[in-house]
Amino acid sequence: MSDKITSKQLLGQLLQKHYDEALEAKKRGELVAWSTSIAPNEFCETMGIHVVYPENHAAAIGAKGGAIPLLETAEGLGYSVDLCSYARINLGYIKTLDCVADNIPLPDFIICCNNICNTLIKWYENIAAQLSIPMIMIDVPFNHERQVTQARVEYIKAQFTEAIGMLEKITGKDFDYERFYEVMRISAESCRYWKHAMSLAQQVPSPLNGFDIFNYMALIVCMRGKQGCIDTFKLLSEELEESIRQGRGAFKEGEKHRIMWEGIACWPYLGHNFKTLKSYGINMVGSTYPDAWALLYEPGDLDAMARAYSSIVNNCCLEQQVEYRTGVIKDFRCDGTIYHLNRSCKIMDFLQYEQQRQIAPATNVPFISFDGDQTDPRNFAQAQFETRVQALVEMMEEQKKAANNSQGGVEHV
Amino acid sequence: MSKFDQLIDSFRKPLSNPRGTVTEFKKTTGGKVVGCLPPYCPEEIIHAAGMLPVGIWGGQTHLSKVNTYFPAFACSLVQTTLELGLRGVYDDLDAVIIPSACDTLKCVAQNWKAAIPQVPMIPLVHPQNRKLQAGIKYLQSEYENIRSQVERIGGKRITDADITDSIGVYNRHRRVMRDFVLLAATYPNVITPSIRHLIFKSAYFMEKSKHTELVQDFIREVRQQSSITWQGRRVILTGIMAEPESLLELFNEYRLAIVDDDLAHESRQYRVDVPDGNEPLERLATAWSNFEGCSLAFDPGKKRGAMLLDMVSTSQADGIVVCMMKFCDPEEFDYPIYYEQLQTANIPVLYLEIDQNLNSVEQLRTRIQGFAELLK
Ligand code: SF4
Ligand code: SF4
Repeated sequence: MSDKITSKQLLGQLLQKHYDEALEAKKRGELVAWSTSIAPNEFCETMGIHVVYPENHAAAIGAKGGAIPLLETAEGLGYSVDLCSYARINLGYIKTLDCVADNIPLPDFIICCNNICNTLIKWYENIAAQLSIPMIMIDVPFNHERQVTQARVEYIKAQFTEAIGMLEKITGKDFDYERFYEVMRISAESCRYWKHAMSLAQQVPSPLNGFDIFNYMALIVCMRGKQGCIDTFKLLSEELEESIRQGRGAFKEGEKHRIMWEGIACWPYLGHNFKTLKSYGINMVGSTYPDAWALLYEPGDLDAMARAYSSIVNNCCLEQQVEYRTGVIKDFRCDGTIYHLNRSCKIMDFLQYEQQRQIAPATNVPFISFDGDQTDPRNFAQAQFETRVQALVEMMEEQKKAANNSQGGVEHV
Repeated sequence: MSKFDQLIDSFRKPLSNPRGTVTEFKKTTGGKVVGCLPPYCPEEIIHAAGMLPVGIWGGQTHLSKVNTYFPAFACSLVQTTLELGLRGVYDDLDAVIIPSACDTLKCVAQNWKAAIPQVPMIPLVHPQNRKLQAGIKYLQSEYENIRSQVERIGGKRITDADITDSIGVYNRHRRVMRDFVLLAATYPNVITPSIRHLIFKSAYFMEKSKHTELVQDFIREVRQQSSITWQGRRVILTGIMAEPESLLELFNEYRLAIVDDDLAHESRQYRVDVPDGNEPLERLATAWSNFEGCSLAFDPGKKRGAMLLDMVSTSQADGIVVCMMKFCDPEEFDYPIYYEQLQTANIPVLYLEIDQNLNSVEQLRTRIQGFAELLK
C-alpha cells in the first residue's frame, strides 16, 4: 500500500471542502451564489465568491435516496410532476432547507446560463422571486446554424460586461481583470485535463470504469476555476495512463462490450444500473460528458469564451448533435448505445428519436432506449431496464459474431 | 341572415378550411404564404413582402405519425402541429418560422428539417436578456436574417418603408383587438366565449388590414345592441391557449363570461404596440423588450401575478381560470408563483389542464360547473 493519495480520494476531499466552505462562508456573512452547471464560473471565481451548484446538489440528494420528500414538497407548492426533477428537488429544498446530502446555504444571488436548456431560466426566475435576490442571466441563444454567429457572440459578450457590472454592485468591489485572466487560465486548463482524462477511455480495454465519470463530473461542475480541479484530473490521467501501460482494464473480469450512454445518469439507481451493465461485462466508455465541459479558449479572448459557452452540445443544431455522438461512438469504439429517455429533460429527449435514426446507420451500432429520470425514482422501472440491456447484449453479440465470421478476426475482450 | 351572423360567417370562413384559405390567397394575389409557429413571430416582415402570415398552433387531430419524433410527454400543441406537418397538411406553405422560445420548440425546429423537409424552416431565437441594448441589437440581426430569407422566397426586396407601413397596419390591428376585448366584456350575452375565441383565431388566417376592418364592423354592429345586465359570472383566462372549442362551450353553458385574457394565443399577441422610432427592425425588436407578463419572456421580477391582479380589478372579474397546457414547462413554472399571489389576494382560481387533442371535455364539465357555483 502506498500512502499516495488517489484521484478518487482527492475528489472526495475537494468536494467535501467545497460544500463545507460554502456553509462556513455563509456563517461568516460572506456572499454565496447558486449557479447552473455550465454557466461561466470565471466571474464569481474572480470575485472570490462561493458558488454552489443546485444541479449537482440535487444529483447528490437523488443518489443518496433522498429525492422523494423534496419532490413532494415542491409538488405541494404547485410544481407539476412533469417538470425537471432537479428543479423540483431544489425548489423543494428552498422550503425545507434539509436533505440527506450536505446542506447548502441559501444564495445571495444566482447566476444562470441557458446553454443546456431554457428550463433553467424558469427555474432560476422562481428562485430569484421566491428569495427576492438578484439574478444574473447569461443568455446564449440556441444555435440553429452550424456556428455561433458574430451577432450572438456580441450579444453574449455584452452580457459578460453586464454580469461584471452586477457583481461589482453586489459585492461593492471592483472587478480585478488580472485575477480574471488567471481564473480563465485555470478554468481552461481544468477543462483540458478533464477532456484528456476522459479521452483515455478510448483505450481498449478502457482503464476507466465509465460510471466513475458521473462522480468525477461533480468536480468539473463545481470547481473548475480552482487548482485542485487540475490536480485531480492530472492525477486521474496519470493513474489511467499507468493502467494502460500495464494493459489493465477497469473490469478485472474483462470488458466484453463497450457502450455509449446517452443522457444523464439515473442517480437513485446508479448502483443498480452499474451492476446490471457489469454483469454482462459492459463498460460505459462513451458519453457526451467529456465535451460538455470542453470549454477551451485562450485566456483573455472573450469572443472565444462566448463561443465556448454557447457551443455546448445541447445548444447545437441536430446535424452537429448527430455528428458529435457519431464521433464519440467511433472514437471510443462503442459496440452499442443506451439512450436514457429522461422524463425530466425535454431538451435531451425531443431530438433523441431522430438522432437514433441518423446515428445508427452512420455507426452501424445497435441501440436500446429505456424510460427513466435523473432524480425522480418514480419514473424508472428496474425490470424494463434489465430487459432492454439484455436485448442490447444479444444484438451486440450477434453483430460481433457476424463480424468475426466475415473477417475471421478476434473480438477485443 | 342578419348582419351579425354574416360577420361571424366571415370570421369562420378562413378557419373552416385553412388549406383552402392558403391556396385562395395564392391564387388571387400571387403572393406566398409563410407559417408562423408560437409564440411570437415578426409577422410585419412577411406582410411587408406581400405575403400572408398564417398562425400554426396545432389543432385537433388523430396522432399516428408524430410518435416517431416525440414521446408522449410533449405538449399537444407541438404534437398535433408536427403530426399535421407529417401528413402533408402544410405542404402549400412556402416556409415556416419557428421561434425557439422553449426547449420543446427548439426541438420542433430541428426535427422539422428531417420531418417536413419540403417546407423550408426559418429559425428565430429571441434574446432573453430583453432589456439590454445588446439584446435588442441581437434580435434586430435575427429579424434581418428573416427579412433576407423571406426576400429570397419572394424574389424581391423588402424595404424599410414596406416594413414601416406594415407596422402601421399591425399596430392598428392591435388597437382594434384591444377594443374588441373591452367590447366582449361589456356584451357577454352577444359575444360568447366561442365567438370571442373565433375572432382571435381568425386573425391568424387573414391579412391584417382586412381583419381589422371586419373587427371594426363587428364592433359597430354589436354596439348597436343594448347591453343586457349579465346574470352570470366574469372570469379571466391565463395560459397558452384555450382549446378545444368544446371547452369554451362549457363556459357558455355555465354562464362564465370571459372578460379578459392572458393567453399567448389571444391577448398577449396584442399587449404592446410596436413603438415609434426610425429603424423598423429596431422598432420590432424593441417591442419584445417592452413586452411583459408572458412565461416565454424572461422576467426575474415575475410580474405576471401582479398583472393578473390588475386585470381582475380592471375588468371586475370574479375569478381566474388557468388554462394549463399539459407538459408546458414555462407555464408550469410560472403557476406556483402567481397562484400564491392570487391566493393571498383571495381570488378564486380554477386550474384546467389543456390538451388540444382532448376527445371529450366531459371530464372538465364538473370542474367548470363547480367553479361557476363557487363564484355565486
Ligand atoms: S436535466 Fe435537462 S431540463 Fe433539467 S436542468 Fe438539466 S438540461 Fe435542463
Ligand atoms: S411547451 Fe409550452 S411554450 Fe413550448 S411549445 Fe408547448 S405550449 Fe408552447
